[in-house]
Amino acid sequence: MMATATVERTVANSAGAPKRGVLGRVIDRLGGGFLQALLIVVALFWLMPTLGLLIVSIRGETFNNSSGWWTAFTQPAQLTLANYSDLLATGFTSSFWNTIAITVPATLLVIGIAAMAGYAFAWIEFPGRDAVFLVVVALLVVPIQIALIPIAKLYGSLNIFGSIPGVVLFHVAFGLPFAIFLLRNFFAGIPKELLEAARMDGAGEWKIFATVVFPLAKPAIASLGIFQFLWVWNDLLVALVFADTDNQPMTKALQSQMRQFGTNVDILAPGAFLSLIIPLVLFFAFQRYFVQGMMAGSVK
Amino acid sequence: MTDRSDGPQATRGDGKSAARGASPEPQPTTPPAKGAQGPTPRMALWFLLPALILLGAMVIYPIIFSIFRSFFDSAGDTFVGADNYTAIFTDASMLTTIRNNLIWVVIAPILVTTIGLIFAVLTERIKWATAFKLIVFMPMAVSLMASGVIFRLVYEQDPDKGVANAVITSVGDVFDSSQGYPGARPRENDAAPALENGAVVTRQPIQAGQPALLPLVGLKPDLLPADAVTAKAVTGPGVGGTVWLDFAPGGGGAVGKIDDNEKGMPGVTVEAVQQGAVKGTTTTAADGSFTFAGLPAGDYVMRLPQSNFTASFGGVSWLGPTLITPAIIGAFIWVWAGFAMVLIAAGLAAIPRDALEAARIDGATEWQVFRKITVPLLSPVLVVVFVTMIINTLKVFDLVFVIAPGSVQPQANVIALEMWRVSFGGGGNQGLGSALSIFLLVLVLPFMIINIRRFRREQQ
Repeated sequence: MMATATVERTVANSAGAPKRGVLGRVIDRLGGGFLQALLIVVALFWLMPTLGLLIVSIRGETFNNSSGWWTAFTQPAQLTLANYSDLLATGFTSSFWNTIAITVPATLLVIGIAAMAGYAFAWIEFPGRDAVFLVVVALLVVPIQIALIPIAKLYGSLNIFGSIPGVVLFHVAFGLPFAIFLLRNFFAGIPKELLEAARMDGAGEWKIFATVVFPLAKPAIASLGIFQFLWVWNDLLVALVFADTDNQPMTKALQSQMRQFGTNVDILAPGAFLSLIIPLVLFFAFQRYFVQGMMAGSVK
Repeated sequence: MTDRSDGPQATRGDGKSAARGASPEPQPTTPPAKGAQGPTPRMALWFLLPALILLGAMVIYPIIFSIFRSFFDSAGDTFVGADNYTAIFTDASMLTTIRNNLIWVVIAPILVTTIGLIFAVLTERIKWATAFKLIVFMPMAVSLMASGVIFRLVYEQDPDKGVANAVITSVGDVFDSSQGYPGARPRENDAAPALENGAVVTRQPIQAGQPALLPLVGLKPDLLPADAVTAKAVTGPGVGGTVWLDFAPGGGGAVGKIDDNEKGMPGVTVEAVQQGAVKGTTTTAADGSFTFAGLPAGDYVMRLPQSNFTASFGGVSWLGPTLITPAIIGAFIWVWAGFAMVLIAAGLAAIPRDALEAARIDGATEWQVFRKITVPLLSPVLVVVFVTMIINTLKVFDLVFVIAPGSVQPQANVIALEMWRVSFGGGGNQGLGSALSIFLLVLVLPFMIINIRRFRREQQ
């Protein structure tokens, strides 16, 4: 393998102090300024759409209809919070609470159920364990479209079609393969001496799970939690099918406004911005765990 | 590199930094020691029960149900064989849908992976790499719904509102400063010039020394360019004339006459036409006057071609039927480039510095180092990013649904969206919807098999 040769070279050279190649240093010196400028432009380019949304959301309706949001930089008088107060008067708040009522249980349930299953896959021996786990691995990429029609029928007969529990349950089921996969891999890395010592002490499996494994797995659970939270919070398709108007989360409420795009930017922009502010705060607070979760299995 | 057992989609070969934390060097599970305290298989069942029930009832059963359902008609009581599948591959609008998905799968993953790789390599050389990564990565936290709203604003056709066209038209104006006069037209009377196929033509031929009068109306005076000055009649020999806005602000002024407070129209192209052939072309000055130099004596008809009256470049129609899919792919790249960059950067950080140094000391150029050492060592990560993006493009739904305006959705359609439309969004045909969802499942099947194979290999 390629790596073998590299390793030999590595060993041969590892004694010397790390130094950059002459050419590399020249490139660094010459290209440094240009590179900085280029990346600043790229960063601005990436920020601009979200910044535009923010500014549109705090500009008066008449300004939005007549000029570009960037003119607000030179005329700060355009800025107002009127759009937000108008939005809150439309009943958008109820869709905000629906989003919370869907996202929080869907996240907690996935963590609990997947942690139990992950523990069994990692630390309890049972016949067919590898085969069952392979099924979980296979389910990682199943598109949710496959379940929309059958589950709609199932919910119809269970009388939960359109309700929040129905939406939650769907998210839990489709969050499980990734969650089990992630936690099982983490649990399997816990030193087995820890578990055996606990078993020697006569602790039952539930006790070991709750007092030894679960606390140790906090980083993995944080990763999974932030991932599942964002996935459910940001979902549109499941809500579109399974949540009726009274129970709709923000994404669906916004989508129903899209049809009149152009005439109601003053509602859409603040709504979209409100819907992304909590994910953004969580993202900045927990980005380390977010990245780790992504590393451990990015399939969604 | 081969003895590790990361997950199917985990970054392999990228070393510790990528896997530390959430996936701590997952080892092949060693069964716990058997003994009196060892857990029984029955115990496993209790731990697994909730997950198995949910996965069985809500993921596995629906797959089986959908397979059966796809062979029945929209009402669900008549067996139609493979008719639903035939419809997918024969219906013209369905073929557009499949073609769009093909464009997505071919273009988007390559662009995302390449851009991610470029960003990852470039950020290695700057001090504010963390800030840059956070900015580019941020769209991952934003819902595709909100991203859709964001890009509807970006792609707004009016250059005064949409930032994409604002940038393009301002760049375009630098290269092409010609000003059009959309809406300007002659008056409708016998003395005024006539309108022929969008061009304004004098009714009578003009000779040298007889200035042509070309009064136009239909244009707001404030839409005249800033350099327009009071119109002036042409005197002197040669073929010439004046093009002006025959409208005196504040009233007054005679129809068809150049009045004192009427302005000329600069920059209008004028053609001298003789027996249907263009003999000369010139442009009006700031006062609207024009003369043809060196034109032989004779009768000429003055013509202002249609190009004078078409609107100046108003930006690209991003959300029109032609560009809609590339425009949405642009939004997709905005969302996913950060994901690719972060995964690839982690892989990059795990490449032993010494290997690169050794090559440099041996005289390899930066490009050779990149191509011969960095990229091969990164290839496992690149494959993971690429495959993840293929799966994502196959399933793409929200961005298309939100960004494409209703009238353009047929041209922007993708399989996942069509599945929703035919089954829930007014189509009411769950037989066809089931067939489409099975089609989607078949498309991701190869990646499911790759995942399982890789996982089993790593378990050994």
